[in-house]
Amino acid sequence: MNAILTIAGKEFRDGLRNRWVLAIALVLAFLAVGIAGFGAAASGGLGFTSLATTLVSLATLAVFLIPLIALLLAYDAVVGEQEAGTLLLLLTYPISRTQLLLGKFLGHGLILAAATLLGFGVAGVVIAVGAEGVPLAELAAGMGLLIGSSILLGWVFIAFAYLISVWVTEKARAAGLALVVWFLFVLVFDLGLLALLVSVERGGDWLPWLLLLNPTECFRLINLAGFEAARSYSGLTSIAEGSAFRPAVVTTLLVAWILVPLGLALLRFRHRAA
Amino acid sequence: MSAVIDFQGVTRRDAELVRLDALDLQVSEGEVLALLGHNGAGKTTTMHLILGLLSPSAGRVTVLGGAPDGTHAETLRRRLGYLPENVRFYEQLSGREVLDYFARLKRVDRRQVNELLDQVGLGHAASQRVKTYSKGMRQRLGLAQALLGDPRLLLLDEPTTGLDPAATRAFFDTVRRLRERGCTVLLSSHVLPGVEPYIDRALILGGGKRLALGSLDDLRQQAALPLIVQARGHSAEANLAHHLGKWDDPRIEARAVNGHEVELTVPADAKLAVLRRLTDTPGIEDIELLPPTLEHLYTHFSAGLSPAQRGDAR
Repeated sequence: MNAILTIAGKEFRDGLRNRWVLAIALVLAFLAVGIAGFGAAASGGLGFTSLATTLVSLATLAVFLIPLIALLLAYDAVVGEQEAGTLLLLLTYPISRTQLLLGKFLGHGLILAAATLLGFGVAGVVIAVGAEGVPLAELAAGMGLLIGSSILLGWVFIAFAYLISVWVTEKARAAGLALVVWFLFVLVFDLGLLALLVSVERGGDWLPWLLLLNPTECFRLINLAGFEAARSYSGLTSIAEGSAFRPAVVTTLLVAWILVPLGLALLRFRHRAA
Repeated sequence: MSAVIDFQGVTRRDAELVRLDALDLQVSEGEVLALLGHNGAGKTTTMHLILGLLSPSAGRVTVLGGAPDGTHAETLRRRLGYLPENVRFYEQLSGREVLDYFARLKRVDRRQVNELLDQVGLGHAASQRVKTYSKGMRQRLGLAQALLGDPRLLLLDEPTTGLDPAATRAFFDTVRRLRERGCTVLLSSHVLPGVEPYIDRALILGGGKRLALGSLDDLRQQAALPLIVQARGHSAEANLAHHLGKWDDPRIEARAVNGHEVELTVPADAKLAVLRRLTDTPGIEDIELLPPTLEHLYTHFSAGLSPAQRGDAR
């Protein structure tokens, strides 16, 4: 356990030192405040529209950004150390490979969590102070849900990044694969689902279940279902209705989306040659 | 004395490639052993087997009383120091932070960190980021890392690459101190003249096979390599080339370097006879004896290998 904390602590300090935490928080805060401030631009107005619109927009922003940030943060976790030669050294230390990977996950997970909390937290405060007539309790609940689910979403993609990182032997390849994963889950999946939705004429009861195959859709479901007023803006995810799509169930699924790739990464890392 | 490292017919295969072929090796406590060989000869494979990073395909490896790739690994790894050949430490951390990180992972008293930094001469640069270190400083940081926790066994892969002569000497002084404390040291190197004075035995590997193993004296005897005698006169007038051109012993070869310098290739048992004649030759100013170096031995022992075995396949 001690080794895990040591490794996590080092990763987290690295994150502070090379300004990952600061950069992520700034980008998130900046874009979030922008979205909140110019939310009415689409309808020709200026300024804060409604809490529901803002939260839906923020969730959409998070769906794009958080996976990308997580992948960039963690894709070289193993392959980077392998290229530097420190991995070989660490493997001769009295620590197990599981401890090494879990320690890194804890460190990277904390970096992402701290940055998300800071970025969206600042945005929440700005909205609370700047926008008139916002119900504070609802804002706090909505932002809390957004931050919590964003962190889970980030962890999912850190786990994906590790799976890539233990599989390849070159950093450049890992970076490429990370972008492919982002592209598939964030862009291509939606388009594919949309195409299916249009082409299936009858039946199609099974379509909503496909949403669960993508952690970013799970994230959207949590945020939209958690907010009644947001439903009218929910777009594609509005096809998902029913008890299986309750936030508690979907959150559990999102956690599973963390555990499965992380578990696979651990298996692969433990059984591969040094 | 019990063997710290014991290899019994150890073979390691990667797919079709035989990295190490039925190697037998015993290294006892407090011994400094040099691993010599071309790239792909099996030096790094041998080290990885000792470290438990690889498991033998056949045969048995025992290190400090247990198999390094089994349950014994945990205890073994705390008593073992390793410096890999190519390692770039965390550039954004300072030297002290890097060493502190490794000390925690090895569960070593962290007061050692500053002592070791001083010992390898990095005390003044301890708070600087590794990014600003020279190649020699990085190598010394790596050595300090390997010395964490008073290891019983030290494995150093090309430890003197990038070190200047002064740092190399300081490095071997450290090795000598460790040996006096009973630490066993295994080092691989291709800078042969550098390591020669400091090692007890050398293991020459080629194509995964053991070509020779023994102290330098043993190896010289086995190889029966001639020594080189250089004789130099005042000036060309001494006409050494003429005086020393003919020898009764057919094994002795003379070669004129220039007008007043001659190089003789002499078998070990004819050394004194040659020296006597040289001291009697008029006009000779200086005589230099060059015993066969590790370099020569190495060339001799690896001569039987095919070019493919000597090649750079890793």
